[in-house]
Amino acid sequence: MRHLRTLVVILTLSVGIVFLSQSCNNKDGKSGSLPKTISYNFDVRPILSDKCFACHGPDANKRKAELRLDIADSAYAPLKETKGAFALVPGKPEESEVFKRISSSDPTYQMPVPESHLGLLTEYEIAVIKKWIRQGAKYEKHWAFITPVKPALPEVDNKKWVKNEIDNFILQKMESKGLSPNEEADKERLLKRVSEDITGLPPSIQMMDDFLNDQSDNAYEKVVDRLLQNKAYGEKMALHWLDVSRYADSYGYQDDDVRTQWPWRDWLIHAFNENMPYDKFITWQLAGDMLPGATKEQELATAFLRNHKYTEEGGVIPEEYRIEYILDKTKTYGKGIMGITIECAQCHDHKYDPFKQKDYYSLFAFFNNSNEIGYEGAVGSSQGAKKPILFINDEDRKKLLSFINFKDTGKLQVSVMGERDTLRKTYILNRGVYDQPTTEVRAAAIPAIMKFDTVQYPRNRLGLAAWTVNKQNPLTARVFVNQLWQELFGRGIVKTTGDFGMQGELPSHPELLDWLAVDFMEHGWDIKRLVKQFVMSATYRQSTKATEDKLKIDPENVYLSRGPRFRLPAEFVRDLVLSSSGLLVRTIGGPSVKPYQPKGLWEAATSGRGQLATYKQDHGDSLYRRGMYTFIKLTVPPPSMIMFDASNRDQCEVKRIKTNTPLQALIMMNDPTVLEASRVLAQKLITEQSKPEDKITKAYRLIVCRKPSDKELKVLIDYYTEQLQLFKDKKLDAALTLKVGEYKMDEKADTNSSAAMMKVIEMMYNLEETITKG
Amino acid sequence: MQKEVLEHGLNLNRRRFLSRLSLGIGSVALGSLLIPDLFSKGEEEIAMTGLPHFAPKAKRVIYLFQNGAPSQLDLFDYKPLLQKMQGEDLPASIRMGQRLTGMTADQKKFPLAGTIFQFGEYGQARAHISELLPYTAGVVDDLCIIKSLYTEAINHDPALTFFQTGAQVGNRPSMGAWLSYGLGSENKNLPAFCVLLSKGKGNGQGVYSKLWSNGFLPSIHQGVQFSSGENPVLYLNNPEAIDKADRRKMLDKLNELNESSYKEFGDPEINTKIQQYEMAYRMQTAVPEITDMSKEPESIIKLYGPECLVPGTYAANCLLARKLSENGVRFVQLYHQGWDAHGDLPNQIKGQCKDVDQASAALITDLKQRGLLDETLVIWGGEFGRTNYCQGTLTKTDYGRDHHPRCFTVWMAGGGVKPGVYGETDDFGYNIAKNPVHVHDFHATILSLLGLNHEQLVFKHLGRRYRLTDVSGNIVNGLVA
Repeated sequence: MRHLRTLVVILTLSVGIVFLSQSCNNKDGKSGSLPKTISYNFDVRPILSDKCFACHGPDANKRKAELRLDIADSAYAPLKETKGAFALVPGKPEESEVFKRISSSDPTYQMPVPESHLGLLTEYEIAVIKKWIRQGAKYEKHWAFITPVKPALPEVDNKKWVKNEIDNFILQKMESKGLSPNEEADKERLLKRVSEDITGLPPSIQMMDDFLNDQSDNAYEKVVDRLLQNKAYGEKMALHWLDVSRYADSYGYQDDDVRTQWPWRDWLIHAFNENMPYDKFITWQLAGDMLPGATKEQELATAFLRNHKYTEEGGVIPEEYRIEYILDKTKTYGKGIMGITIECAQCHDHKYDPFKQKDYYSLFAFFNNSNEIGYEGAVGSSQGAKKPILFINDEDRKKLLSFINFKDTGKLQVSVMGERDTLRKTYILNRGVYDQPTTEVRAAAIPAIMKFDTVQYPRNRLGLAAWTVNKQNPLTARVFVNQLWQELFGRGIVKTTGDFGMQGELPSHPELLDWLAVDFMEHGWDIKRLVKQFVMSATYRQSTKATEDKLKIDPENVYLSRGPRFRLPAEFVRDLVLSSSGLLVRTIGGPSVKPYQPKGLWEAATSGRGQLATYKQDHGDSLYRRGMYTFIKLTVPPPSMIMFDASNRDQCEVKRIKTNTPLQALIMMNDPTVLEASRVLAQKLITEQSKPEDKITKAYRLIVCRKPSDKELKVLIDYYTEQLQLFKDKKLDAALTLKVGEYKMDEKADTNSSAAMMKVIEMMYNLEETITKG
Repeated sequence: MQKEVLEHGLNLNRRRFLSRLSLGIGSVALGSLLIPDLFSKGEEEIAMTGLPHFAPKAKRVIYLFQNGAPSQLDLFDYKPLLQKMQGEDLPASIRMGQRLTGMTADQKKFPLAGTIFQFGEYGQARAHISELLPYTAGVVDDLCIIKSLYTEAINHDPALTFFQTGAQVGNRPSMGAWLSYGLGSENKNLPAFCVLLSKGKGNGQGVYSKLWSNGFLPSIHQGVQFSSGENPVLYLNNPEAIDKADRRKMLDKLNELNESSYKEFGDPEINTKIQQYEMAYRMQTAVPEITDMSKEPESIIKLYGPECLVPGTYAANCLLARKLSENGVRFVQLYHQGWDAHGDLPNQIKGQCKDVDQASAALITDLKQRGLLDETLVIWGGEFGRTNYCQGTLTKTDYGRDHHPRCFTVWMAGGGVKPGVYGETDDFGYNIAKNPVHVHDFHATILSLLGLNHEQLVFKHLGRRYRLTDVSGNIVNGLVA
């Protein structure tokens, strides 16, 4: 949701009229003609789920009048509280209480009841329900809980446009909406887009020139292949998964001391670069420690489940927190891998989805046998890891774990998973409270998704992993494919990336999602192949140009009749600045670093205990690492990242909100990182033998990733000339302007020209296009 | 009408509107610099159709959070019985087996510890107030003292998080973020939700930025940390070599380039970006004006005490809070750390009270003399209370108190609250005897003072409609004037 309320309506001074908000009754913009055949899953269920299931749905405790509208048997049965009446009479809306009540204006009779605060149904919604009943009120199983099958490719008119299967699905829908695709983006913009999407870095000038000069048919594919081989691919892919796994460099909670989970981050980057298949990737992270003859690498992968917060506050009740940690693991699994809101069933049966509280604790039981304790010891004696711990020594780093980037000798420690010798019993917890156990349950995965066959699967994390990556599992592949789609196209095929359940949004292209999910599994869960499939499509390659017509028909670009245009993620904003200026230090992995940060932030918020009470900024190379290596102290996460919508890593996140705020403008204008990069690049350019306009063009190519138009170049040259004069006339202080950052000053570069060039470059960094993938 | 629906509609409208406006938005922005409020009031009214839900009594909140949990037994909840029974064990009939923190759960004895401070009775309500808070006693007739607050958490982090977000864990939006979302900003040059931090010398427990998080709300609703120092908002100040005129020049060129990019691509986000740069530019003027204390008259300095001129102190933050609030900031959240007196309480609490007493009372007086108290809700209190028994060794002059969630005191003033004393605890100051107020009730009441129905201020996230009050909370009518 990219919005700022203050911009909703703007007073135009020239005209002096206020643009008035229009009706917002139809939430999804749905109105007018009804579909020919009403689909339960796509038309009816979203309405029932939103307006009815809270009292007439799966949650037994909140159910009113003993009526369920989420299952056919109950809905067709005679009503218990109204003799002779039926909630649904297939074919006869006028005899169906459901229709009579949703269309009634009598507050004592109508549904939903006013006390529910759910609001009445819109006219369109009422019409949908009516037509559905008339057509027989047929129920269907929730789409996401049915194993996907590969649909046939849709026929399209414009066959020439299609580059791969994705395009068939996209184009067919587009055509049905009266839209047609944009032309392919120009080479420079396409290169920036694909480079950012595959590596999180802008292309070099060399790459731009090569691509511009390469006239061969497969020039683009060559670029894609080269990018996929770049080690930065692993870093780019890791970023999203760091959000999923709520990775941080401190324990969170009160004292928030330092921890060393980063070797797991090194593994993550390595796994993506090695193109580890997704089924293996998940299995290792869920149960690597339990694989027969588990290697240290497999054990390390399970740190995924231990990345959540740990309290070190004095006086806590250990069991309360041990339970909290298992809840967090369960939630992360549910949201990050299954795409469901299973945590809603922690205190009661799920209100919308067919997940019982018992199902929740059966899932919880897989993680409950972890050999960890709720509270390890006294305040102020924090260690880098908590039991169970994987110790990594020099030998490991030379052999199996050579991807770990650590120069010092000595042992590294990482919190990983490890099973208890004896099984810890798991109980349903009344209202989710740790000290109110009720019925005992045994480990089992959610039956509504897929049966957990105990002949096939052991009742432990290995069994859960096998169940998860079974090709019959309806969610695993869909959820991951959707996450990746979201990362590249800016919006998931299912927009609610973390909720594929009944309250989630329906897929915009259900057949495409299924086709991609099945294709992904058929091709060995090959992630690089999937990325390539996305970026090779004509859909992806379109120009982002938005005409008035397109904005009117499809403001959010759901139907993809234009290319994706989005602001870069926080970390890649930083990377672009460092990379284009030549400051970026391309070391992969290792401990997190502490670059420039406004003074006093950690100090103002600390309890005063622990190694992180004060911010000790790094120097030298550590100032210029990629954003994903910036140290994350959970209680005070890096502000420039948070302001650009990075996850605060408090919980598993599968989707970042994208906002556009004045604080972001302030960062780009005043953050020493941006100013220093501008200065360093300016001095570099000033010492080169070239004309000012060539220098400006070069800077522009490095930063905006394309050649400036004549008009743009003129604005920039004018600004340079004007600034240079101001510096020469001492109206502005050149030496003071250049005095920023720790990177050494180039004494050979002329001060006035450097300062003027620096100002021009600063402005380039502030261009909307610069930090946008377009 | 529900808020979420509105947001969605507004979003669509913004896109529709901006997409129509293909030309000239930059010039609108530039022209508007002459007018302090670019964004008209009309817009806000439209944005808030249906909100507030009913006529508000308060428009703004200043929350003086006493971080670490002050001892109600040494400040407000006067219990002579504890002095009489000094050193005797807390009767099991009073404790009733309720859970204790790990810090005192293993104590063999729970010796009752009466306060060593004198109490007086003040104001029309004859409210008990400790000698440690003479200034507070002076404004007692404006205070609504709630003696019967209770919470569920017994440790700082979850208790603070509960007070601020309505849940002990879970990255939910903070109260200020909810208000920003529900009521928007009254001033377009300042954020709707500002946060000010200070520290006392007592045992501190830290604060966490998640306490002023937007949670799942858009990040525009996140609390913006302010300080009264040289850089009042992060990244606000231009580099030393750049002045305002120079920044303007750069922005003009920048707008020119961004506008041509808009012409080419038609993405409404480009125009939003232009507007955000203009807003940032205006903040660069508006914020330093507000954080500048040098123009405050002598009488104000005297009222808040000389510390109000020292940036980063509680007194300076109270004065800044008044200025921000006066300028339309919806929610100003202060945190003063250092109340966690597990030991050495008599000594530590003296220092803490000296930090906060005068300035807290001054804020009330100051708002009142400006005619703003009626529409500004001021809240003072911690995340839980402290035990009536001693933690550690009890001597004649020294004691400590552990965390106590079952009853504690918080006061409110202005904004439609009813002055007086609400609720009672038992003679031991251990359990509530009358009119309990749960944190959810407290939140529900605060929202209602602001004209919001706590059951209707919702945001749909991952299929669930979330509220500040989660699934409970009742408005406490006895607190409302």
